Amino acid sequence: MSVEIMSDGARMTISVAGDIGIHDVEELSRRLSALEPAALVTFDLGALDRLDTSAAWVLVTQGDRMSGAGARVSVTGAPDHAASLIETVRRSLPGTHSAETTHVGVVDLIARLGRKVVEALAFVAALLGYLGLFLTRLAQAARHPRAFRLTATVHHCEEVGLRAVPIVALMAFLIGVVLAYQGAAQLRPFGAEIFVVDLIAISVLRELGIVLTAIIIAGRTASAFTAAIGSMKMREEIDAMRILGLDPAMALFVPRILALLITLPILGLVADVAGLLGGALMAWAELGISPAMFRTRLIEGTDVTHVAVGLIKAPVFALIIGLVGCHAGMQVESSVESLGRMTSNAVVTSIFAVIVADALFSVFFAQVGL
Amino acid sequence: MTPFEQAPVIRIRGLETRFGSHVVHDGLDLDVRRGEVMGVVGGSGTGKSVLLRSIVGLKTPAAGTIEVFGTRLREADDPRRAAIEARWGVMFQDGALFSSLNLRENVEVPLRGVPGLGAEIRRSLADLKIAMVGLPPQAGDLFPSELSGGMRKRAGLARALALDPEIVFLDEPTAGLDPIGAAAFDRLMRELVGALGLTVFLVTHDLDTLHALCDRIAVLAERRVIACGTMQDMLEVDHPWVRDYFDGPRGRAARGRPPLDPERS
Repeated sequence: MSVEIMSDGARMTISVAGDIGIHDVEELSRRLSALEPAALVTFDLGALDRLDTSAAWVLVTQGDRMSGAGARVSVTGAPDHAASLIETVRRSLPGTHSAETTHVGVVDLIARLGRKVVEALAFVAALLGYLGLFLTRLAQAARHPRAFRLTATVHHCEEVGLRAVPIVALMAFLIGVVLAYQGAAQLRPFGAEIFVVDLIAISVLRELGIVLTAIIIAGRTASAFTAAIGSMKMREEIDAMRILGLDPAMALFVPRILALLITLPILGLVADVAGLLGGALMAWAELGISPAMFRTRLIEGTDVTHVAVGLIKAPVFALIIGLVGCHAGMQVESSVESLGRMTSNAVVTSIFAVIVADALFSVFFAQVGL
Repeated sequence: MTPFEQAPVIRIRGLETRFGSHVVHDGLDLDVRRGEVMGVVGGSGTGKSVLLRSIVGLKTPAAGTIEVFGTRLREADDPRRAAIEARWGVMFQDGALFSSLNLRENVEVPLRGVPGLGAEIRRSLADLKIAMVGLPPQAGDLFPSELSGGMRKRAGLARALALDPEIVFLDEPTAGLDPIGAAAFDRLMRELVGALGLTVFLVTHDLDTLHALCDRIAVLAERRVIACGTMQDMLEVDHPWVRDYFDGPRGRAARGRPPLDPERS
């Protein structure tokens, strides 16, 4: 690229020659915008080999700037292709368009907070709506057993329950090991090693067994529900079901949530057993508490109400996970991004809700003295 | 035109592509000349899009050579390949816009690779390209999910054109557009081809686009190019698929002829 600028008072000639493209745009723009235009400005493009849109844009915008400053601007000698390109660029030149600025004031912060609160309340209301929907469909299924999807329910029981047994059992086993190990370190200085049995039993049976199982299932199953229902929603399969007279709630929600309701207590029980096993093993290895002694102490010192207190929470957690997963699936729109967003939303929301529910249970049991 | 300009910018010889044991192309030859609009047609599954992807290097062929601007891309070293890749633009079927960027930022992506180009000029050039493909100026602030299918295609074209490429590859540019949108797209492409001197490699099903836009047409069937020539040439090709395609009721309608008498056909 070469640019020559000749000026004699009232006339200015800008000769642009060679091959100018996007790599020269910055320099061209700088040189031209530094010019103080004379009364008559001529762009001489006679020696131009090649021009691209970006260079044409610089010539057009700078020409406009000069004529805006009162100069008479003309173009001479432009080769055909350059002339037509300049014409095209001029025609499609976007008007000045100012980007809208976003205000971040106190009022906006409060407004945003308010919106979030309303959204959260609406979300809780929607979940309650889904709970009602699930219960009515369940009642319908009880009255008209033919509408109930047994095969799908069994399939989901396998997916949600059976397939989760290894991970749940391993997780609970390791939690038992950790509790025994940590408990041993704390209790040994007091010579109270034997109480490690109570520590393990109460914490695993009352809280950790079922809560950690619910959290694993929330991560595993809520996301699977959302992804499955969401991708059906995305491909308009849900709409097709409605048109064909199939009820999505009966066909999709009931088998899934019911499968969770059936399997989560069982998984909780599996976790309890595995946790105690892990604890007993570690207590034996670390503290020399033999399995027989562990068993005796467990039966003497731990009431069966602890198991009940733990497992009674399971159906509530199952409902939370299932409802959040199904609801999030139905919120998926037609874009792939929304599927991903709702899937991760479902996991976060269901884990959070499980923990909130567990806290409420703790307060409740403390109040009623269990 | 000088003989030099007649030299093909894309030259494919003996191309063979396969997915596992499924052979898509076998011994495919094709030339695309500088400044022409080449339309590639063929039935579903004949590997039109695969051909496009093979040329731009997204699919590795099993055998054969592909030369672009006289260079075999697979044998070229990285700087040489990058230099050639900067001379073409690809518009994917649904635009393939980056969903996390708004439209202007999408068009700016190729421009960011230009050394020494300031942010302000980059932004203005992106706005210019957005305007050139016929999108309203405020569209630059929108995200791909907020655009209609036709707008996404135009935006994809704006991104493909960002660096003023010499070759533009278009994959089904009018599929899924309503007839008015499709006709507008054809007109837009015709204008841009004239103004920017583009060579276009176009994969399409749309007979109207073939008529409105293409200088030459290549027909893919039986794993190779069975016919290549102008629309007039196509009507003289004696192959059942080509005849059905160009002389069927839709083909005749696109040429502005009445359909054949049903009793004769």
